[in-house]
Amino acid sequence: MEQALPYTGKEYDVIVVGAGHAGSEAALAAARMGNKTLLMTINLDMVAFMPCNPSVGGPAKGIVVRELDALGGQMGRNIDKTYVQMRMLNTGKGPAVRALRAQADKHAYHAEMKHTIENEPNLTLRQGMVDDLIVEDGVCKGVITSTGAHYAAKSVVLTVGTAARGKIIIGELQYESGPNNSQAAMKLTKNLADLGFEIERFKTGTPPRVDGTTIDYSQTEEQPGDEAPNHFSFTTPDSQYLLLKDQLSCWLTYTNESTHKIIRENLDRAPMFSGTIEGVGPRYCPSIEDKIVRFADKPRHQLFLEPEGRKTEEWYVQGLSTSMPEEVQQKILHSIKGLENAELMRPGYAIEYDIVSPYQLKPTLETKLIKNLYTAGQTNGTSGYEEAAGQGMIAGINAGLRALDRGQFTLKRSDAYIGVMIDDLVTKGTTEPYRLLTSRAEYRLILRHDNADLRLTEMGHELGLIDETRFAAFENKQAAVKAELKRLDTIRIKPNDEIDAFLVARGEKPLKDSLLASEFLRRPQVNYADVLKFIAAPAEPLDRQVIEQIEITIKYAGYIKKAEARVERLKKMEAKKIPDRLDYDDIDSLATEARQKLKKIQPETIAQATRISGVNPADIAILSVYIQRGRIAKI
Amino acid sequence: MSERGINLANSEFDTIAAISTPAGEGGISIIRISGEQALPIAQVIFKGKSLASVASHTINYGHVIDPISRAEVDEVMASVMLAPKTYTKEDIVEINCHGGLVATNQILQLLLSNGARLAEPGEFTKRAFLNGRIDLSQAEAVMDLIRAKTDKSMKVALNQLDGNLSRLIKQLRQDILDVLAQVEVNIDYPEYDAVEEMTTKLLQEKAAELQQIIKQLLKSAKQGKVLREGLATAIIGRPNVGKSSLLNNLLHEDKAIVTDIAGTTRDVIEDYVNVNGVPLKLIDTAGIRETTDQIEAIGVERSRKAIATADLVLLLLNNNEALTDEDRGLIDDTKDVKRIVILNKTDLPTKLDHAELTDLVDAADIIETSIVNDDGMDQLANRISDLFFGEGIETNSNSVMVTNARHIGLLNQADAALSDVQQGIAAGLPVDLVQIDMTRSWELLGEITGDSYQDELLDQLFSQFCLGK
Repeated sequence: MEQALPYTGKEYDVIVVGAGHAGSEAALAAARMGNKTLLMTINLDMVAFMPCNPSVGGPAKGIVVRELDALGGQMGRNIDKTYVQMRMLNTGKGPAVRALRAQADKHAYHAEMKHTIENEPNLTLRQGMVDDLIVEDGVCKGVITSTGAHYAAKSVVLTVGTAARGKIIIGELQYESGPNNSQAAMKLTKNLADLGFEIERFKTGTPPRVDGTTIDYSQTEEQPGDEAPNHFSFTTPDSQYLLLKDQLSCWLTYTNESTHKIIRENLDRAPMFSGTIEGVGPRYCPSIEDKIVRFADKPRHQLFLEPEGRKTEEWYVQGLSTSMPEEVQQKILHSIKGLENAELMRPGYAIEYDIVSPYQLKPTLETKLIKNLYTAGQTNGTSGYEEAAGQGMIAGINAGLRALDRGQFTLKRSDAYIGVMIDDLVTKGTTEPYRLLTSRAEYRLILRHDNADLRLTEMGHELGLIDETRFAAFENKQAAVKAELKRLDTIRIKPNDEIDAFLVARGEKPLKDSLLASEFLRRPQVNYADVLKFIAAPAEPLDRQVIEQIEITIKYAGYIKKAEARVERLKKMEAKKIPDRLDYDDIDSLATEARQKLKKIQPETIAQATRISGVNPADIAILSVYIQRGRIAKI
Repeated sequence: MSERGINLANSEFDTIAAISTPAGEGGISIIRISGEQALPIAQVIFKGKSLASVASHTINYGHVIDPISRAEVDEVMASVMLAPKTYTKEDIVEINCHGGLVATNQILQLLLSNGARLAEPGEFTKRAFLNGRIDLSQAEAVMDLIRAKTDKSMKVALNQLDGNLSRLIKQLRQDILDVLAQVEVNIDYPEYDAVEEMTTKLLQEKAAELQQIIKQLLKSAKQGKVLREGLATAIIGRPNVGKSSLLNNLLHEDKAIVTDIAGTTRDVIEDYVNVNGVPLKLIDTAGIRETTDQIEAIGVERSRKAIATADLVLLLLNNNEALTDEDRGLIDDTKDVKRIVILNKTDLPTKLDHAELTDLVDAADIIETSIVNDDGMDQLANRISDLFFGEGIETNSNSVMVTNARHIGLLNQADAALSDVQQGIAAGLPVDLVQIDMTRSWELLGEITGDSYQDELLDQLFSQFCLGK
């Protein structure tokens, strides 16, 4: 291969390599903090591209989008401008697990994000492939591109995703490729391995896309969006919500016995089972062939047909991820109700790629091995746009802070799902593409989507990522919630016939004595609007978001208090720092497994150490005593 | 773990020593030394074979000498046990001496002045735990074992040490986890039809079922407490009804296991006696011995005090005298506590009106005795064990009994959390909120076996250990 001649490019404060969902957030955050930032991508037409499902949000993930928004990230604003359907999930359950999900117009989403990046002062977007890092004495000082450019930078963020030595597999066919047949980056992760990083091989996959004009929708069930307005970003007004008639529906269908028969008969051609695929795939998002083998008794599996955008007839077949040969994929599709005559537009495929084992990272997402080098997104072993964006934000913030010579920023498990995810990654590592689930969070009731702004806006403001106008609006909301809560705690409601009739109609007991308006609202069948029937309305009508906060704060006070008590207990352990470069070999009585794990992960606090699997309470006690003695010795 | 071997005794842990048998004028006393320097330190005061050259797990004859004065202190056997196959997984030397407070203490002092440090309460067990020899609930069982006052409580402690409690708790946690997992799937995959919706009804049933088991464990805990701590027992009655005779009879009967609390502080000497497997902790035995010489007012005052702190009152009456107002007063004072009315001196002519007595006292609570002739003592013993164990207490290898205060506390909290689950469901709260209390119960049970770590847990735990083991 011919080599480009080297040349010296411009100098930057921060360079972000890769412009997917992690890279976009990282670059925007670094630039908005005042850093001269370069965002490199292999293909400018794939900025914030959605190579898999055309949707954003859902359980846990939707909360991450709100958290990003509160920190000043872009994903929430971007999807609010480009969704084709909005839906709140888990409405029958409690406030902590309600989840907003949008179907995206993937082309509009990409275009909107690219345009935002292009218009961001301090930020340069450039097409190019990074082959090597410039590293001197364990410090990252820039990048070298395949075109020969040497760019110097104070810090570098790698968000290279599945492009890293990507290999697409469709049946017997295999070829080097990034997502969606883009160019793969064949050199960068080799360079990382040479620098001493442990690189692992992961696998993910995507289903076939079909031509919507050939789908028989009458054979499927419609899944429309919501009528009631909801957005991801704090800044998007309800007035911009799409009417239901302007939203696009999804459609539900199922696999059947004949689908399963086709798959079983062709298992010898499935790369998943023939040994072609070496990478580790996700358990929670298995391919259809995997589902058929592992859950052989199940007569059918759900499939959701999702539109990929407004100006395309491509439809995404959710639930049918596969790397079967194209010929088999066609047979599978045609065995499904509604898809009997569907034309395959793009085959599904599996993709293998390199990741940087995440135990090699600090909670700031800086690598332990090389200073000023950060990694985020699929590079760290995660899966999902939101997970990527969340890490990209933190890596971008910290790369930016480093360039500004300021202290680093981390989120605790009790601060945000983003904190849960990063702590999981750097503490426990992952053996499969990591996906956020609400069950990964021990403080679920505190980490709600409705209070993400309350949790994180102040941090975003301090980082310089939330402007004054937005911060003032946030403070107004907070004040309105506080004032109304106080008001409800002072007004008494006296029993009368009207109230009793109302309560009895709702299946509640009539009042015996007078009670506070807040106590009245605490009753399960009573909402804020009901309370206003019996007391004066506040001076100014309240926003639905303010009312939501008031209802949740009052109705779930007992549970929230319990959760807060748990957070307090954890904080004590988080406060116990483990000194840098602690020599675990010097602590003789640690169990061998614990010693190995502790050396590998190098936890920063006792709390983090307790979460490492294989480190048991006895080891923690020994470690605590050792550190305590060290402190005493120093005095 | 074996690779941790002999190097385990390390700079982290210095060498500790303590008397590991109950203090007193017993037969043999054992002084235990554990740590890297156990052998060298013992050698300084030991005249006999070179302890460093003998095989591990051997007993060696010799004498303890004062290394300065060269005076012989005692004739001893020194057991040498090398790490890691020892209780603490450290090198251990145990010096078996002839006992007696003076000699035993002198040996300990010699060890302490030659480089050993006095072990803190429970420190040997703490090391066993920290060195990975035993798990948390086993460590606690050892503590109970040391404290065990009778054979039956010993069995309970041994049973727990085998991990029976751990196994049951782990099973319960697994059950809870199964339920939680289903709730979680419903939340994280709301549109996924493959998993049955975990309804609050199912959660309700599971919580009730688990609570039942925990309540059963807590019930056993009440009996366990008696087994472990002894039943505070007051012997009361007018002067000369036979209190001293009863006391002496009880103590005499079971001289072999009469003991005192092993521990560092021994301000109060209490007498323990085993009655049909029930350990009685006799209150104010000094007072009983003195009362014959005391003027009555003081005697009555002492009786009242004893009643207030007692789990069981043994009220003595004199069959040879009519009931006095003072007797009636004591009967009235004890009507709300567990009591046995002992009608003593049945060898003498009956002068007490039995009809009046059965009006005042439940006939089942009356035992007739002639303590001097040892008559009726079996009936008394049976009545005591019946009172506390009803059908009798079984500690076969399968039954799990909770005897540790920390375990009981955690089980009570888990019980409360499971009540919260059911209340939450009754109040119509959504499944993901109810789940918070279910998770809490899982965590609390985990604290019993040490599966979830709480910062203060270890400190609190080990400060409870008594000296020695």
